[in-house]
Amino acid sequence: MLNKTGVPTKEQILSRFPERAVLKKPKAIIECYEEIPCNPCSTSCPFDAIHIGEDINTKPVVNFDKCTGCGICVFNCPGLAIVVASDVKERTQFKIAYEFNPKPKVNEVWHGVNRDGEIICDALIEKVMLTDKNDKTALITVSVEQQYMYDFVTIRGKSNG
Amino acid sequence: MLNKDLVIIGGGPAGLCAAKTAAEAGLSSIIIERSPKLGGQLVKQTHMFFGSEKQYAKTRGYNIAKILIDDVNRYHDKIEILTDTTVVGLYKDKVITILHQDEYRKIQAKAIIVATGASEKVLAFENNDLPGIYGAGAVQTLMNVYGVLPGHDVVMVGSGNIGLIVSYQLLQAGVNVKAVIEAAPTIGGYKVHASKLKRLGVPIYTQHTITKAFGKDCVEKILVTKLDQNWNPIEGSSFEMDVDGVCISVGLTPMGNLLAMIDAQMKYISELGGMVPIINHEHETSIENIFVCGDISGIEEASSAIVEGYYTGLVVANRLGYHHPNYMLLKEDYESQLNNLRSGPFGEKIRLGLAKMAEELNHVK
Repeated sequence: MLNKTGVPTKEQILSRFPERAVLKKPKAIIECYEEIPCNPCSTSCPFDAIHIGEDINTKPVVNFDKCTGCGICVFNCPGLAIVVASDVKERTQFKIAYEFNPKPKVNEVWHGVNRDGEIICDALIEKVMLTDKNDKTALITVSVEQQYMYDFVTIRGKSNG
Repeated sequence: MLNKDLVIIGGGPAGLCAAKTAAEAGLSSIIIERSPKLGGQLVKQTHMFFGSEKQYAKTRGYNIAKILIDDVNRYHDKIEILTDTTVVGLYKDKVITILHQDEYRKIQAKAIIVATGASEKVLAFENNDLPGIYGAGAVQTLMNVYGVLPGHDVVMVGSGNIGLIVSYQLLQAGVNVKAVIEAAPTIGGYKVHASKLKRLGVPIYTQHTITKAFGKDCVEKILVTKLDQNWNPIEGSSFEMDVDGVCISVGLTPMGNLLAMIDAQMKYISELGGMVPIINHEHETSIENIFVCGDISGIEEASSAIVEGYYTGLVVANRLGYHHPNYMLLKEDYESQLNNLRSGPFGEKIRLGLAKMAEELNHVK
């Protein structure tokens, strides 16, 4: 399925998540399903929480005990394949990479979109980080209803379709 | 006649990196580049690169170009740069003829590195010469170098990394990418790129191809046809799509035309992208002291071209008697970087191609 459409299967997606209880704190979810020669997630992690090793084709493995959910890997991943997810109060919060203009503004409500590109929910913009360190890849903190933990992946503006 | 120790033909990533390590070893060189600017294809790559830190991973392509050009400029006493200059002749005795602003000159070199890169493959279909039908490289040049929108409703033909990445860049520029179509049964490039497009709402049609374009003064419509297991069109499966742009991204082929002028031994190796020079482990062609690096000897990612450039500059300097203080250490490091970049499943094709190259080299001997 991933090979033909670019959409991973439910099993593939779930295999990247820790148990839900672990997600009371923010954790990096890495959707890197192929052995590709790439390791910036691992080398950019300040907490040594992402392991790849000598052979850069090895798929990354997150140590959820070490991961603080800081989000640095999110905007350092050349494949934009990482989100940070957590259950915060009554909602599920994500940190996602976003490379389009215009950028969302805090407190705006955007569409929440799934891996098929379909609009599935509302997404409340909570924080927008875009410093020199981001190198033009914004880190957006956004929250959705808790039922969308395994479906939400990105945002889309309500006015620009 | 100008006399130069090392002439590097091509100022893309491979050529720039070769000049740098050669200069580090003490060898002077001149880079000849036909465009007005150095950097090759890197200057239009707006995405972050894969690989590891040594190949500038996670840095955007145009910023990698800046790094490599700065490195070369730092050695301005050793590296001379001739832009807007085309090499029009290459001879076995290492004489190069160049054309710069209608002025024709000759250079006698001790060694030459040909780093001319690759050119895009084209796809045959009816009316493929209509305006609005571009190669992916042209789309990137228009869009990312000159800020010109190549169309409003575009279909991408080809799902290799270039097709997927350029589709994403089109979306960033505000273009409606109606679909990516791919003749093979599966997506060619990294799935992370495909997933990026899919979540932005772009459908990817595998086992589909473009069979015809329609339009009066420019492309207005295309015919897309489904293919069976044997890549034959399925009758009755065709459908039309309204577009004002088509982007063709069906692969690259090495650009070794200059080497044909000196009768360097060449061979068609499909895994390497087409006709390639037969080279030894030092990247030397069958003509003594004429070397190559980068896509000219096999299509790969720019990360590999960078490392091949560093490697070849080092080796050529050594050949001409300029011994880098860390020669062995660096040589081993570059070799291990290349092995690392090529060791995964996506490196299988290049590994097969290089094995055929090694076999051919034994025949030559």
